[in-house]
This record gives sequence, C-alpha cells and structure tokens, in this order.
Amino acid sequence: MFHLVMISRVIVRCSFLALASIFLALLTSCQRETQVDRATREGILLVGNSSEPKGLDPHIVSGVLESNILRALFEGLVTSDPERDTATPGGAAAEVTPDATATVWIAKLRSNGKWSDGVPVTAQDFAFSYERLLTPDLGAKYAEMLYFLKGAEDFNQGKTKDFSTVGVEVVDNLTLKLTLRGPTPYFKEILKHYTWTAVPRHIVLKHGTIAQRGNPWTRSENIVVNGPYKLKSWRLTDHIEVERNPYYWNASNVVLNGIRFLPISNLYTESRMFRDGQLHMTYGCTPEIVDLMKKENPKELRQELYVGTSFFRCNTTRKPLEDVRVRKALSAVIDRKAICGSIFRGYTPAYAMTPPMGDYLPPHSPEIGIEKAQSLLAEAGFPNGEGFPRLKILIASRETAATQAQALQAMWRDQLGIEVEIENKEWNAYITAMQDLDYDIASAGWIGDYLDPLTFLEMWTPGNGNNLTGWDSPAYVKLLKQSFHEADPNRRFELLRQAEAIFVDETPVLLVAWQARNYLVHPSVEGWNPLLLANNPYQFIRLIPRR
Amino acid sequence: MIRLILSRIGQGAITLFVLITLTFFLVRAMPGSPYAEEKAIPEHALKRMKEYTGLDQPIPIQYLRYLKNLIVHQDLGDLIKKDGVKVSEVIGQSFPVSLSLGLLSISIALMIGIPAGVIAAVKKNTYIDYICLTCAMIGICLPSFVIGPLLAVAVGLSLKSINVAGWSSPGDWILPAFTLGLINAAYLARLARGGMLDVLSQDYIRTAKAKGAPSTRIVIRHALRGGLIPAVAFIGPAFAGMISGSFVIETIFQVPGMGQHFVNAATDREFFLIQGLVLFYGFLIVGANLLADLAQIALNPRLRKA
Repeated sequence: MFHLVMISRVIVRCSFLALASIFLALLTSCQRETQVDRATREGILLVGNSSEPKGLDPHIVSGVLESNILRALFEGLVTSDPERDTATPGGAAAEVTPDATATVWIAKLRSNGKWSDGVPVTAQDFAFSYERLLTPDLGAKYAEMLYFLKGAEDFNQGKTKDFSTVGVEVVDNLTLKLTLRGPTPYFKEILKHYTWTAVPRHIVLKHGTIAQRGNPWTRSENIVVNGPYKLKSWRLTDHIEVERNPYYWNASNVVLNGIRFLPISNLYTESRMFRDGQLHMTYGCTPEIVDLMKKENPKELRQELYVGTSFFRCNTTRKPLEDVRVRKALSAVIDRKAICGSIFRGYTPAYAMTPPMGDYLPPHSPEIGIEKAQSLLAEAGFPNGEGFPRLKILIASRETAATQAQALQAMWRDQLGIEVEIENKEWNAYITAMQDLDYDIASAGWIGDYLDPLTFLEMWTPGNGNNLTGWDSPAYVKLLKQSFHEADPNRRFELLRQAEAIFVDETPVLLVAWQARNYLVHPSVEGWNPLLLANNPYQFIRLIPRR
Repeated sequence: MIRLILSRIGQGAITLFVLITLTFFLVRAMPGSPYAEEKAIPEHALKRMKEYTGLDQPIPIQYLRYLKNLIVHQDLGDLIKKDGVKVSEVIGQSFPVSLSLGLLSISIALMIGIPAGVIAAVKKNTYIDYICLTCAMIGICLPSFVIGPLLAVAVGLSLKSINVAGWSSPGDWILPAFTLGLINAAYLARLARGGMLDVLSQDYIRTAKAKGAPSTRIVIRHALRGGLIPAVAFIGPAFAGMISGSFVIETIFQVPGMGQHFVNAATDREFFLIQGLVLFYGFLIVGANLLADLAQIALNPRLRKA
C-alpha cells in the first residue's frame, strides 16, 4: 500500500538519483580534448550527414546523403579525382577505354580487386549488378541512370525479358564490354555515379533473389563491399560508422582509419556541434551561420560552386500561364541579384537551367526589362495587371522557399501590378500537388547527377517524371535526340545549347539562382578539395592534429 | 481493487483497438503518398514497390492483414522507405534512449517542481511565492525550442565537459534532460502549489495547528499527502509523454530517441511506423494512467471505497 512517507522517499530517492547521475555524468565526461581532437588522433572523420539514410543498397536508394556513405563503401569502374572534377581509373577497373566513336567501352578490372570478405571482384559481379538494377521487379528508382546502355530502357520497362539484348557483355573474369545507346564521350563522368558500382553477387543471392525487394544483404551483419571502407556499426538516427576494408585493392594507401556519419537534420544543431568540437565537417550551413562564421572564423567556412539550380515551375497547362508572354513577363521582373544577395549566400543569378560546368556555356536568357515585361503582359490581355487571376505560389515548408516566394510576390506586385498568394504545404503534399499538376507556380530545385548538361536538360522532355510543368516542345526533344548520336563533343554541346535556348525562351520555369554549397570544415581536415558534385573520395583525406 | 484493475485493463485494451483502427484509416486518408519523392519514381518501379509493401491492395484487406500480423505474429510491419527495417527495430533502438532521457527529466522535474510548489504554498503571498510563481510561469511560457538552444549555447559551448548535442557519453544527457525537466517542473510547481493551498485551508490542518503541531510536521505529515494529488495525476501522462520522446528536444540535442520518428513518420507517410508508434504510445499512456490511478487511490482513502 502506498503511503505518504513512501512517496516522499521515492521523490527524495529520485532526486538523489538524478543528482548522482548528473554528477557522475559530469565526472565521466570531463574530457581534456574535444571529440574532434580525439577523432583526429584516431584518424576518424566526423561528418554531419543531414538525415538518416534510407538504406545502403546502391540500387535502391536515390539521395545525396546516401551517396555520401555509399562512396566510402562501394567503388565503381572509375572514381572521382580528389583534386579536380574528372574521373580517374582509380576505381575497381585498372582502365576504361572507349572505341573510336565512344560507343563501346572496355573495362579491365583489377586482378587484386576483392570484396570485403576476400572473394575476388569479377566482371560477372558488374554484369549481375547492372542486370539487377535494370530488372523491372526490383523497382529501382534510379534505373534510368543506366539507360545509357544499349537496350537498357526496353529491358527496364519490360518490353523484353532477355538481358542479352542489353549492351553488357562479360568477355572474361576481368573484362567487361559495355555497348552504349550512342556515342557518349563523357561516359566516365556517368560511371562515377553510385548506380554504376557493383554489388556482391554471391552475397545478394545468398540472402535472396536478384530482384527481391527487402533483401537483407545490406543489413550490418550481412553487408559485403568493395570500397576503401566497410560498415562497422549502424544505429538508426544516431550514426553510421565505417572502418578500413583490409581487402581493398589499394588498402595501404588509404589514409583515414574510419568515418562516422551523423544524421543531424537541424542545421543549427549541426553548426553548434561543429563549434563545440564535435564535427570535422558539416553537411550545410544556414545564411545566419555563414554571416557569423565570416566574422568569427572565415577559415573554417567553405562556399563552393555546386551543380544545382533554384527555380519556380510554372504549370503551363493552366491559364494564364499557358501563355508564354505571361511567363516571360513574370520571369523578366525577377530581381535575381537581390534574391541572391539577401536570401542566399554564395548563390549566383541563374539565366539558364544548366549551371556553368566544364566547357559547356549555357545560353544567357535576354534581359528584356520591366517596360517590355509590362507590354508583354498587356499583350496577353492584362494591361497593368488588370484582370490577372490571383495565382498561388506553392512552396514546401522550408524557410528559404518562403522568403523567395515573398520576394517574387513583392516584385510582381510592384512591377506588374499583379497579386499572388503563397500556399505553404508540408513536403509530401507539396510533391504530390506538383506531380498531379495541381498548382500554378511552385518553388523547386534540381541537383545534377553527373557533370554534363544533359542531367539538367533531359528532365524537360514530355513524359519525364521530373518535368511536372506540362511543357512540351517537339523542337527541344528533337535537338536532345540529335545530341544522343553526336560523337563530337563540341557539336554535341552546340546541340544542347540550342535546345536549352528554346527552353529558356519559352520559360516553363522561372529561373532564380545557381546554387552554392555553404558548409564548415575543421582546420585539421586536409585534402578536401572543392568539387562541383561534392563527391570527394574519402580515402585521400588526411587529418592533421592541431598543435 | 482487483476488479478495478481488471476493468481498467479491459478499458485499456478497447482503447488500444479503437486507437489502432482510427490511426490505420486516418493515415491512409492523408493527402500524399509514401512514394512521393522529388525525383519522380517511374510508374513500373512504383508498382513493384507497392506490391512489396502490400499497399497495392484495397484498404480493408490491408487492415485485416495488419490486424492479423499484429495479433497472430506480433509483427508491427516493415518500414516502407527503408527496405528490410522493421518497425519493432526502430522502437527497440529508440525507446531505451527516450526512456533514459525521460527518467532523468522526470527526476529533475520532481526535484525542482514539487519543492518549489510546496514552498510557494507555505510562503503564500511572500516574495518567495512570487519568485517561484514567476519562474514557473516563465518555464511554462518559454517553449523548449527556446530553452534548448539557450542552454546549449550558454552551458554546452562554454563548458568543455558538456557537449552541445549528441548521445555518445553520459555527459550528453544533461542538457536535454534539463530542458525537458524544467518545463515539466514548472507545471508541477503550479499544480503542487494549488493543491497544497487547497489542503492548507482545510479544517484538519487548522486543528493540527491548534493542537500545536510544528509547521514542518503539518506540511510534511498532514498537508503533503492531499496536496500532491493534482501533481501526481499530472505525472502519469507527463511521464508517458517524456519517455516516448520529444521531437523538439531530440532535434535540438541530436538525441536518437522516439520523438523524431513520430513527426518524421507522419511527414514521410511511413504508415506502419506511425501505426506502431501510436500503438506503443497508447500502450504507455494506458499503463501510466493505470499507475497514476493506483497512486491516487493510495493517496486518497475515499477513492478506495468508490
């Protein structure tokens, strides 16, 4: 039976317990060095990685944060150069060479390539992996990355069940022949993507079938990899840690002993952890923190170009946005410099869909001026904005999207005399509304998968799942298709430039900014160079203890 | 007494059944889909993914399957977006974290809240009372997303021995536990003060005073028992709330607890995870309420006869 004295005792004991545990905690956590100092000494990189990954199967996942982990675990036929934006044959293959038309590529695998269980990596593993990714039953979201292979699209869409129709051929245990849909001189760039890495055939088949969803082969007790690191521990929403893979072909040249990926979803928490010495590197950085770090510690702040574009989609199936004059008028009065200067940090005004990359020079959309914009709107039947319907700007609950939308709202009101509303939806409802074309104007962004303008242009073809504007231009599609068969890089870029010029002229999206990456890097990290795709190979990173 | 307990358990079971049924149908009525992604999933891939999770079936069949799995196999299902991860695994990994944090927080809340409330009531309308009341009001009004970062910056960044966030050493428990504890301490202080004031004005206290009993004895021996009833009634559900995690605290302090799964599961449309978490939370609430009822019966003899 409960008694007052008993309750008082329980309370006193609880209080004592709490005090004791706090004291104990303080006592045990009295470290002389920070977590970063200790990790630096132990050669372990502590990385903020935004969120919990959806998995570690390179054929199932599709996000940037997953790719950050997969890059440590798996290695494809080529790997990223640690210093510049090119591919090097430092991967699982000793060399990858094209024929004269860049349509047939031969990959010679390394004879010392092994999985983390000691089994050799073979050409059969790669062929099996490409078959697995393309098998319709697996339902891989990123299968289209392999559509560069001849016959891959038909096989993936179930038009044929014969994998021998796909351009993948095992010549011998260490030689793989890849036949592409057309000349692809930039194929090595594509090969850097994690969808082109191999999965261990013997392990996948041990735990399930080739195309089985939910195959437990990537669980921490089962997973076998061929990258510089292997999985050490995985605790949901806490961390993923990888350690050296002793069977890696180049293990003696791997510098870091391990990497701990922390799924820190709140950028403010992440910055605090960085400043407290708990992280070597953050995933991102809010504009306020950028300003603060510029004043306090500019050496630790990184602001680098990124292959991403921020824009607003227009629903071209709805009135009045179906009228190109209206879209042009809306686009013309956007003060991109003001938006980049006051909302973002490090972003640059976007005048084309494709951000600057390599030798490709995107077309520059002409600046037509406010008066011309007003006259276009008048021609479309809305002089001084009169009679213009009250459109809605759809945004997802993200702060920068809201501020951008408010900026557009003010610019359109001041310059064109039209009123728009802002409709804020949570992420899932926002995506669904866009996919159902149930919106007027919607904030959006796109990050390239590889360093070629096609990653920004192919999505605007009709029927592409990422178009979502209803825009359809036969001339644009024709130019893109021509580029698929053009072997000369310069002529190919010219075709793509012409296609992009059509896109920019017809304005199915209102371009705002080319993105930048703002993040923090601890001074002890050496060898982390700015790469456009932010796909730095970890094995070349060094941690130098501070004095 | 046993009959009362049995009847409460029966009521609890019915509550849980209604809860899980309502949750099942409500999550499916939400706009959006678990498969909505920025990079659209091709149609044929989507079809396979739905087949894998069983979401291609009509909703009544999904419901019957879910109940069957739950009752026959005690299986809460798999995550939709993370292949091969079970809901029970998510709860199994995150609940111990939330439980430790909850226990520490409730201890802090009791340690601060109850004495503050009792002292405020005994020293009614003095500056001590006003200070306690003001602190409690501040504690209630300041949301955790303000207190949390303030504590992190003021304590975490200045003291090397305490990390601003994370859950790797016991030192990491202090800041989230205090943030969560302080808010509940404020509620407890107000409830304890109110309860004590009620009791202190009762005839039997006056009698005790008239008989010359020392004031500490009156407070501890006679008043505390009745005065704590409102606070005890609050502790049950508050404790259940604390041990099931707090999204805000977990996000601010990077705690791998259960609270973030509640919010993320809803925004990600992780149907099975939402259902599993709601069922688990419901189970905790029903259990905690039962314990709170028993504690109230222990404190209030009149309830025993009812």
